[in-house]
Amino acid sequence: MSSHSTLAEVIGTSQNSTPVSRVMSHQTFWVFLAAVLACLTLTILTDTFATERNLFNVSRNFAFVGIIALGMTAVIASGGIDLSVGSTVVLSAMMIAVIMSGGLPIWIGIPAALLTALLVGLVNGVLIAYAGMPAFVVTLGMLSVARSLAMVLSNNKMMYEFGPDHALLLALGGGSTLGLPNPLIVLAILALITGFAFKWTRWGQHLFAMGGNEEATKLTGIAVKQLKVSVYVFSAFTAGLTGILEVGWLGGVTTNLGQAMELSVIAAAVIGGANLAGGVGTAFGAVVGALLIEVIRNSLILLGISTFWQGAFVGAFIVIAVAFDRFRNARYSE
Amino acid sequence: MSALRLNSVSKHFGAIHALNDVSLVIEPGEVIGLMGDNGAGKSTLVKVIAGNFAPTSGEVFVDNRKATFYKPLDAQRAGIEVVYQDLALCNNLSAASNVFLGRELTRRVGPLQVLDYAAMRTRSAELFARLKSETRPRDLVRRMSGGQRQAVAIARTLLSDARIVLMDEPTAAISVRQVAEVLNLIRNLRDHGIAVVLISHRMPDVFEVADRIVVLRRGRLVASKRAADSSPEEVTGLITGAIEAA
Repeated sequence: MSSHSTLAEVIGTSQNSTPVSRVMSHQTFWVFLAAVLACLTLTILTDTFATERNLFNVSRNFAFVGIIALGMTAVIASGGIDLSVGSTVVLSAMMIAVIMSGGLPIWIGIPAALLTALLVGLVNGVLIAYAGMPAFVVTLGMLSVARSLAMVLSNNKMMYEFGPDHALLLALGGGSTLGLPNPLIVLAILALITGFAFKWTRWGQHLFAMGGNEEATKLTGIAVKQLKVSVYVFSAFTAGLTGILEVGWLGGVTTNLGQAMELSVIAAAVIGGANLAGGVGTAFGAVVGALLIEVIRNSLILLGISTFWQGAFVGAFIVIAVAFDRFRNARYSE
Repeated sequence: MSALRLNSVSKHFGAIHALNDVSLVIEPGEVIGLMGDNGAGKSTLVKVIAGNFAPTSGEVFVDNRKATFYKPLDAQRAGIEVVYQDLALCNNLSAASNVFLGRELTRRVGPLQVLDYAAMRTRSAELFARLKSETRPRDLVRRMSGGQRQAVAIARTLLSDARIVLMDEPTAAISVRQVAEVLNLIRNLRDHGIAVVLISHRMPDVFEVADRIVVLRRGRLVASKRAADSSPEEVTGLITGAIEAA
């Protein structure tokens, strides 16, 4: 750049000078493209994909993973990991199930379930931030503890009677509003809020800074420990919310709900562009990552391919998405 | 009025006397080259000034007021900024975001306080212009040269209206062309009346910008003299102990 350029020109320029190149430099864009192409292909190849019923199922299924992927993206972008989300889902679900089957109304059940989830996040966050323990170990421990607590709570029985507000709970997770499944609406709202928080609030800015360089962030005087706790609490909140919605959708809950779900969620976040090294991730990416996983899953079923292949396809996509990002960024590395 | 005054500052770690009775006065707009071998006490001195350690004995005055720092934030509030050797920047954020990290500008939109990116970009562009740096506010730090990174780190200190900037080996790991850029940044700070303490092993860099050379050896201040009245040979002698004191 010449030294004669005006201040305004300098402010306006960045390395990705055109909007198109900026969009194309995001992994999320390519993953989104892949998901759209997969949808188009399926619409042409099968007469079952683009049916209202199938789309309804797809969107509802992916909403559950998508909601937690938003929380997971915050955790990953902050430089951490949360393996306990699947267990938090079942603990929250069991909490509301036990409370409501005991005859209490839904407006007690929902806050109780959410509070339980927030408590899980708080314990995770405090152990990681203040005791300085590795996130992997703390949340791995919580993965075991939370599921075990759900078993204790329910005596490992299936719960399917939810007292006076039974119908309300089922409508919340299984019903739809304006033709859209409720979980999808929750996902959309939460994605907008998360996306806004990432980009436009101090919390978001500090979260990404911490993921980029925790020491530097600490040196600027940002309260890194509180920030870390808030991130794990947010992640647990998304899991707790999903637990409540899933009970309503399934109409019953067993203690294996959400088993191995943390892996799909992490996969969704990573496919959506979250970098496990920290500092990178978007809310839109989390949603798109979750969508792609569900579309792959659904397409295998519709195309009559054995479901045993699901893992191979999802796994391959994780590796491809990350490899793609690696090669694209290779030219910027020092 | 001095920007910073140290009065017989000592720092002991058990039996180790990292700093012994160091007295030093730094004027506003003065560039001090702080030199010494590894273990001479340079980092300890910087950490005492920056508020990382409290001195075992002795006093620190900022702007003629006695200063007691319990943590780095206290020193920052008093106008002392440190530019760290590894620069302490977030590679994943833009130059403007790094300049404003921890003190982001916000504006009110309805009930919400949102980040004011436009204002932060404008303000950092002004700071880069003041530093005569070609750094662009929207660029990611990850893709910047060493000189541009220095400019970002230094723009942070301008933003906070620092009185004293401590720089730890700013020219250690960058190319020759970028060294010239960084030395210009230091001159710029000086021209704005900011005192700079430059810790460096690179004799030519120090002699190029420093007004005064301060040499530490085994925790003691053995020389504090005008760069013009000294020479690299003398300073080398002072660092190694071949020359007792000057």
